[in-house]
Amino acid sequence: MKDTPLSNCERDFLLKAIEEKKTYDYRKMKITFGTDFGCCFVDLGKTRVMAQVSCELVTPKESRPNEGIMFFNIELSPMASPAQSELSVKLNRQLERCLRNSKCIDTESLCVVSGEKVWQIRVDVHMLNHDGNLMDAASIAAITALCHFRRPDYSPEERDPIPLSIYHMPISVSFSFFQQGTYLLVDPCEREERVMDGLLMIAMNKHREICSIQSSGGIMLLKEQVMRCSKIASVKVSEITELISKALENDKKARVPSPLVPVPGVGQVGQGLHNTWGLEEEEDEEEEENDSSGDVVEISDSEEEEVVILHPEKPDKTPTNTGSSSYQRGAATSKKKQKK
Amino acid sequence: MMEVRGSSNVSLREFGSEQSLLSRPDGSASFIQGDTSVLAAAYGPAEVKVSKEIYDRATLEVLIQPKVGLPSIRERAQEQCVRETCEASLLLSLHPRSSLTLILQLIHDDGSLLSCFLNAACVALMDAGLPMSCLFCGVTCAIDADGHIITDPTAAQEKESRALMTFAIDSTQRRVMMSSTRGSFSVHELQQCIAVSQKASEKIFQFYRDSVRRRYSKTL
Repeated sequence: MKDTPLSNCERDFLLKAIEEKKTYDYRKMKITFGTDFGCCFVDLGKTRVMAQVSCELVTPKESRPNEGIMFFNIELSPMASPAQSELSVKLNRQLERCLRNSKCIDTESLCVVSGEKVWQIRVDVHMLNHDGNLMDAASIAAITALCHFRRPDYSPEERDPIPLSIYHMPISVSFSFFQQGTYLLVDPCEREERVMDGLLMIAMNKHREICSIQSSGGIMLLKEQVMRCSKIASVKVSEITELISKALENDKKARVPSPLVPVPGVGQVGQGLHNTWGLEEEEDEEEEENDSSGDVVEISDSEEEEVVILHPEKPDKTPTNTGSSSYQRGAATSKKKQKK
Repeated sequence: MMEVRGSSNVSLREFGSEQSLLSRPDGSASFIQGDTSVLAAAYGPAEVKVSKEIYDRATLEVLIQPKVGLPSIRERAQEQCVRETCEASLLLSLHPRSSLTLILQLIHDDGSLLSCFLNAACVALMDAGLPMSCLFCGVTCAIDADGHIITDPTAAQEKESRALMTFAIDSTQRRVMMSSTRGSFSVHELQQCIAVSQKASEKIFQFYRDSVRRRYSKTL
């Protein structure tokens, strides 16, 4: 499938609109988590990205028998954008440099038996919707998923899964330049990316250390421009890091650990204890559903879409609204009896 | 429709769906059955490569993306099931020499995956406004060691089951469009499972109807 080409009048309009745009703000960012550990969704405006972390025991590389292996895979699926390009190769390489070369994960702690068995941590990032700035969304999703992930801990006494040891959180910030460097935009959307002259990507952590910097598109930048961009990036990165920590904390609270663990070493996630009080079952189920489906942290005040719940048993139905999401309660007795 | 007898349980897990959640695809939907969650996107009708074009029909392509790793043989088999169901219900002859692409992304797998794919696919195709002769839904049945039929099993129930069957049921005559089975079972058990699936499909079709009605209630 080929993408529709950009018309000249659209291009002129976009360039004019960029001249009017004064702010260096990110679009509305939302971080949610899935049911299992290591699954993270990031919404940046309309751009949507999902990251999943998984682990496996493998033999280590011969040159580094004491270290675990990190493997990154970015999938620019046809869902995100019908036109396939070499963007996926570029994103893969950038994410690898940002996360692997900066040594943000302690790979020596991933070693189980030196020279024989180490953990291979695999990060799969899926692009669900491409509305610009996939790199930033992917880096946020990847590092958040790594912070969220719990790996099994095999020892004489079996324990709960433990998190990875992460030294710092590198986050990439993208700047796009227009009109030969006259205009600068942070977090370009897809239309703006089409008309930009060049892109500068700076990956930084909250300690103001630059982890990776890349300039592409052939734009020639002055030293002052690069310094200005790095200052803007440090501000943005601290905001985003705060948002990530808040999201992780909210998710931790939502996953109430159960005091009764049926199998040692396995923790229960999301579902509370099976209760036998018939009256409270309905409310508990709603709460469980809301909690275990992940918490949402937003940085702006725009209204959420309303979720309408249909209750066929109850006579009063909530009024219809424009929200396109709907839930139905069937004879859903099987959900309550599930134990993870 | 066959009669439902015995101790079969026609209960489905709580399901829900959200439509038009992605801006790029022509139609998109997410479908959640209990903890199993799938995201579907539909593009089309669009330009098709000359090597793949069919002179009198649209070319339908289904892609299933797993969560971890690259698509493998298992995804190819599931793609074939979904593609054949969609080809049977879409009016492909209305768009000759075009391509319709359906992409399904696995978000979380807790059993009944193929039926979740089918349901998400149908809602996404509806959301894209592609013409169909009938709607379809997927229902999974598992036969456990005692011979009881469980509809919409979880991953744990699927693992313990003796046989696992997924049927795609159409909305006009409640007939079976596609079936995919694993395990051993008798002819009688197969007929019972089909009857149970037809009964369960009523709920899903009612849900489709309700969600479309409330979606367009303001504009129509």
